Amino acid sequence: MQRIGVFVCWCGSNIAGTVDVQAVSEALKTEPGVVFFTNYQYMCSQAGQDIIIDAVKEHNLTGIVVCSCSPRMHEATFRKTAAAAGLNPYMVEIANIREQCSWVHKDMASGTEKAIILGKAAIAKVNLNAPLTPGESPVTKRALVIGGGIAGIQTALDIADAGFPVDIVETKPTIGGKMAQLDKTFPTLDCAACILTPKMVDVAQNDKIRIFSYSEVQEIKGFVGNFDVTIKKKARFVKEEICTGCGACVEKCPMKKIPNEFNLGMDNRRAIYIPFAQAVPKVATIDPSACNMLKNGKCGVCSKVCTAGAIDYTQKDEFINEKYGAIVVATGFNPISMDKFDEYAYNQSKDVITSLEFERLTNAAGPTQGKLLRPSDLEHPHTIVFVQCVGSRCAACAEKGKEYCSKICCMYTAKHAMLVRDKYPDTEVYVFYIDVRTPGKNFDEFYRRAVEEYGVKYIKGMVGKVTPEGNKLKVRASDLIAGKQLNIDADLVVLAVAIEPDKSARPLATMLTASMDTNDFFTEAHPKLRPVESPTAGVFLSGACQGPKDIPETVSQASAAASKVIGLLVKDKLKGNPCIASANELMCNGCSTCANVCPYGAITYIDKEFPMFDRTMQTRRVAQVNPAVCQGCGACTVACMSGAMDLRGFASSQIIAEVDAICR
Amino acid sequence: MHNDSRKIADEIILRSGVNPRRCMKCGKCSGTCPAYEEMEYHPHEFVYMVESGEVEPLLNSKSLYMCLSCFACVDRCPRGVEPAKLVEAVRNAYLRQQDNKHMNADDVPAKLDDDLPQQAIVSAFRKYRK
Amino acid sequence: MKVSYFPGCTLKNKAKILDVYARRCAEVLGVTLEEIDNWQCCGGVFTSKDEPGSKLSSVRALKFAFEKSQPLVSVCSACHNVLKQTNHLMQSDEAFCTKVNRYMAEDSAYDGSTQVYHYLELLRDVVGFDKIREAVVNPLKGRKIAPYYGCLLLRPSSVMQMDDPENPTIFEDLLRALGAEVVVSSMRNECCGGYVTMEKPEFAKKKSLDITSNMQAMGADMIATACPLCKYNLDKNSDAIPTVYFTELLAEALGVKEECDNA
Repeated sequence: MQRIGVFVCWCGSNIAGTVDVQAVSEALKTEPGVVFFTNYQYMCSQAGQDIIIDAVKEHNLTGIVVCSCSPRMHEATFRKTAAAAGLNPYMVEIANIREQCSWVHKDMASGTEKAIILGKAAIAKVNLNAPLTPGESPVTKRALVIGGGIAGIQTALDIADAGFPVDIVETKPTIGGKMAQLDKTFPTLDCAACILTPKMVDVAQNDKIRIFSYSEVQEIKGFVGNFDVTIKKKARFVKEEICTGCGACVEKCPMKKIPNEFNLGMDNRRAIYIPFAQAVPKVATIDPSACNMLKNGKCGVCSKVCTAGAIDYTQKDEFINEKYGAIVVATGFNPISMDKFDEYAYNQSKDVITSLEFERLTNAAGPTQGKLLRPSDLEHPHTIVFVQCVGSRCAACAEKGKEYCSKICCMYTAKHAMLVRDKYPDTEVYVFYIDVRTPGKNFDEFYRRAVEEYGVKYIKGMVGKVTPEGNKLKVRASDLIAGKQLNIDADLVVLAVAIEPDKSARPLATMLTASMDTNDFFTEAHPKLRPVESPTAGVFLSGACQGPKDIPETVSQASAAASKVIGLLVKDKLKGNPCIASANELMCNGCSTCANVCPYGAITYIDKEFPMFDRTMQTRRVAQVNPAVCQGCGACTVACMSGAMDLRGFASSQIIAEVDAICR
Repeated sequence: MHNDSRKIADEIILRSGVNPRRCMKCGKCSGTCPAYEEMEYHPHEFVYMVESGEVEPLLNSKSLYMCLSCFACVDRCPRGVEPAKLVEAVRNAYLRQQDNKHMNADDVPAKLDDDLPQQAIVSAFRKYRK
Repeated sequence: MKVSYFPGCTLKNKAKILDVYARRCAEVLGVTLEEIDNWQCCGGVFTSKDEPGSKLSSVRALKFAFEKSQPLVSVCSACHNVLKQTNHLMQSDEAFCTKVNRYMAEDSAYDGSTQVYHYLELLRDVVGFDKIREAVVNPLKGRKIAPYYGCLLLRPSSVMQMDDPENPTIFEDLLRALGAEVVVSSMRNECCGGYVTMEKPEFAKKKSLDITSNMQAMGADMIATACPLCKYNLDKNSDAIPTVYFTELLAEALGVKEECDNA
């Protein structure tokens, strides 16, 4: 039998205002196991905690019930108090008589009645509590960052700066991501390359950081502090450590008509290529789908011109195994396909482009060397129509657009419109918008400058149809403020296309057993209070993989994720949560139901021998819970059909005892 | 009167199966409507006015007979509002009242020419009368 | 193969030739169009779903085809639109389906399981464009033709499901199979002015000219359509460029046009 002390808190008038605390402590004194009861103004204060410590010593208490606020608020406090008094911290139960009682009741009588019931339930539970000890696991002091855009770069630099080794895995031949493709950045209009490429160089030169470019994560096993990851380094047919990035091979490669991904297909690259001049690592890569030598053994020019001898047509994919303590997801975003929106004629005219294509058209390193020329005839466009919210805020059907606001489009469209008017004042610029959303430091001022200083014509309304005719694009749209339908003959139409998470995110989430929302954005552990952590321990989120973000926000989140990683990696050992599931092996029938529902991948199966009545041994398949991975959610205990799974600290018998106490 | 109007609007919403509250007022329907210039009230206004219960002006508007039922607004609406179905329901609400019609059978012969396909006459009759 | 065929009133009158070409070409391609018994006008336009009375003729036609275990084919865009939308309601709207079956009071109920094809879909999905390409004896070489879908074939796209409603290819692919040079105009799915031509011919003229002038500007010297009302509006309002039924082009390519014209 436990010896239980009951401590009822007034919380000033927060509880005492609607709950008769004296009546509550009196009512609970006759409950089974209760040997001590009292009430006090602020149990969480030092004086209040001292009352508990003294009572434990004086009355040899084995269990404590505190009737106070939500356990979210002070459970940790009272567990520490119990430990200070020499009790196991898990012998404390909180009856929440504030948030779930005094705050929601108006009259003293019903508030008091409910508080007594909640107290009885907690006492019934603590009667069945057993001391629990958290397990410990070591921490591998190395982090993995998946994705080498600005988010991954910033996270890696910050972690490395704290002294921990970091690996970046990037699927493209170079790091840099979307930001490397941008021209200027809002709201200060500094050039993206000027602020990004120094960071890329920092990454390359940092001896704590390894870059696995042209690589993918193949497999992830393990758990927080102890991830075991296989990385596939795709064959680039160039020896990375030898290649000097001189570009001689690129110049001589005879395959010249391969659409250049970096310029979004608006110009061509060779079969052997370096994505752009500031690429990191600056090494060549052979595209096996385009290279004649790899396809049919006929060519070999690059190998002949390479004085370093870096070309290796026999190179194979390489698999690297590494252990990590923490994993940061920074897989980023892409514009959605415009195939379902051809009322804007994107697939019918070269002069209807996306905003990302527009970035390349105005970028000095882009296909037109930064001159704004329209793709069809390389003429200067005199009338440009920007269309916002193409595919964003679209709830018509799931295959078509995205229901969310893509967040970055209002600002970059204002930037584009402003830059056009600045460089080419003879150009008419229209922006069709539904709402202009500019929350952010100096953002609205920036948009207003586009209108007031640069004379961009913002029109509230949507474009309904774009019809190519001759060398014009006939734009039909509504002007809701003027109450008119507009017909504009444009030379160029720019679509602010919705963004979506990179396609690699979904399979990665499966490997990580990290949760995603219906749009394939990674879910954060708490939308406000834990925004850079995944609910899966040891997995952190950086950048647009978690939701649409602009650069300032991405960098903030990247640094925040890094600080969380550092906080994990500085620990030598991790203390787990002892309130985890465990299987009663005698009852487990090995059906796998629990493993299938476990969102964390914490359950595995082993074959184990059990002694039988006739003294023979029988081998059975039984569930095993990895204590370092289990988060104690209890899904398995509900799913288990034989009742073999139970949650320590929240055993079915304890829950039933609580319910019984409430119903008594 | 206002209550009556609200009742008619609710009936229109019910019969059309359209939920005007889904509208985010982007104006794409009116930006794409081929009959815009012939209409006094435009697709987005139909949605807005039915939502707010202001249906009297719509019921008496010639705009009802200018909608081509081409369904461009339905297909292109980013919110799946289906304005053309609402226009259809308003038109029906008018035509179903006693003695209301937009065209007499006697008026038809004068409008015909040698080539006009039967399809046009039946369609117009369906759209203009009970 | 045999399919049930719903010609519709216009194909029995002002657009007789559309019907003649369609039947003959189908024969050449190994498909017999069996005109269903006692069909009645589809109504020309699909009105709202709370008017089951106006959909009964369509349901009868659909049920007729169902009882013969045949798909139901039509050539006229308007008939196809009404039949397809009605069939969709029979499948998806239980209240509508029940009401209609009670009205009809026939021995057996109809549940919307007939496959409804437009003639173009019959050519693409049943015959196959490759087979048509092989059957062409008189390729439409050097002819610059702009296909015109209008609105009825494609919309509402969630129901019609013929093709991408904003960038369809079925018509283009057919014309290419016939050897023509296809001119793609993004006005091909904009409305010609439809039945409003009766009341406001000047408005229909404006709409039609928007379409024909764009197709001309894009380099077409001929427009092909499936819809008699589209053909009427486009032909009447534009002297510069002719509009023909796609079945006429098909008959020409298959070498049976003259025979049809003389029939």
